[in-house]
Amino acid sequence: MAEVATVSALPEAPAPLRMLYCEICSFPPEYCEFGSHATKCKTWLEETHPDLYQKYYSDDALQAKLSALSVEAQSKLEQETAKKEAKADAKALAEAKKKEAAQVTIKRIERNKRKFVTSIHGLETFGIDLKKAAKAFATKFATGSSVTKNPQGFDEIVVQGDVSDDILEIIEDAGTGGGGQLGALLKAVPADNVLCIEEKKKKDPPAA
Amino acid sequence: MFKKFSPTADVSSQSLLKSSVQRQVRSALLAQYPALAADQGVLLEQIWPKKEAVSLLKCREHISIYALQGEPLFFQQYDGPLMPSLRLLHKYPDLLPHVQVDRGAIRFLLAGAHMMCPGFTSAGGRLPPKESGLPAGAPVAIHCEGKEHASAVGITKLSTEEIKSLNKNVGVELVTYLGDDLWTNPKLL
Repeated sequence: MAEVATVSALPEAPAPLRMLYCEICSFPPEYCEFGSHATKCKTWLEETHPDLYQKYYSDDALQAKLSALSVEAQSKLEQETAKKEAKADAKALAEAKKKEAAQVTIKRIERNKRKFVTSIHGLETFGIDLKKAAKAFATKFATGSSVTKNPQGFDEIVVQGDVSDDILEIIEDAGTGGGGQLGALLKAVPADNVLCIEEKKKKDPPAA
Repeated sequence: MFKKFSPTADVSSQSLLKSSVQRQVRSALLAQYPALAADQGVLLEQIWPKKEAVSLLKCREHISIYALQGEPLFFQQYDGPLMPSLRLLHKYPDLLPHVQVDRGAIRFLLAGAHMMCPGFTSAGGRLPPKESGLPAGAPVAIHCEGKEHASAVGITKLSTEEIKSLNKNVGVELVTYLGDDLWTNPKLL
């Protein structure tokens, strides 16, 4: 064999810039003032990165920004950002309220004289991945389960068999940390928000 | 392009790329981006290692997104130029040539509007000089007066010389901007 050829070192690739994104609005901090959470972003930046806060919100920086825009444009901009922030706050509040009032409905629907299906709807508002939950139910109860769309347009999990009481138990256990993997998925559901209904979906038998 | 984009509803298919297709896309990238091709392509290797399996997400309106482990890297519409996602551009600002708009245009930019010529020719705006002027249809990184990071990626509608001389109508069309639906979903599926 010929002598070993020296391996030429590959040039170093330029390192990526380490980007800091604001925790509140996910923008780079210099753009927070245009987002819908300007004041919150400002307080967050002051607490966590005082040096950057100095850079962007110090008096000279603000002065430089002001000089770039005419007076009316600046005041209009301030009004608009204040409005945007108020709207974003109202939206967040409405969503939080909805979450509190959100009901998880467990329905027991009659399929045949002695066969039932259990339908669970309302899990989306708690941020639960429906596909994973459906799969977990299927393995737990050893029956079929699927995610379907309601006539109203909501996604619901349908589990074959009458498991409504078991599901209730799991949700209660989940709150206190029991229930294994399924419990970990359903953790977010507070036990008082659950409503159990029985439905008699009787389709009229076709004329003989 | 990503004003209304929901990963659950708008992505029609997701598939891993065959290595032959992967090689084609990589060579297209090397041809389009001199910054990636410099130094024997080391930068591209760092962003997108040859061995890694990259997935292709096909979205509505013929948009294809190339994503590495769920993070979008580049995307294109039909067979147009391949453009980096804004997050990738933040990490490697030299991928695209820079243009700058003035402060007054920032709020419109962040709402997704196309950038008009006067935004580039006024006091706060900057365009590349004549020697490095860009033709129409070139992807650019759009920066804002007083900010150090790019806020959008766009495609020039007119060449930079035409923008300077005509100073009317749309100069740069916005493709993706800070806060659009591609930004708010850094991990796709």
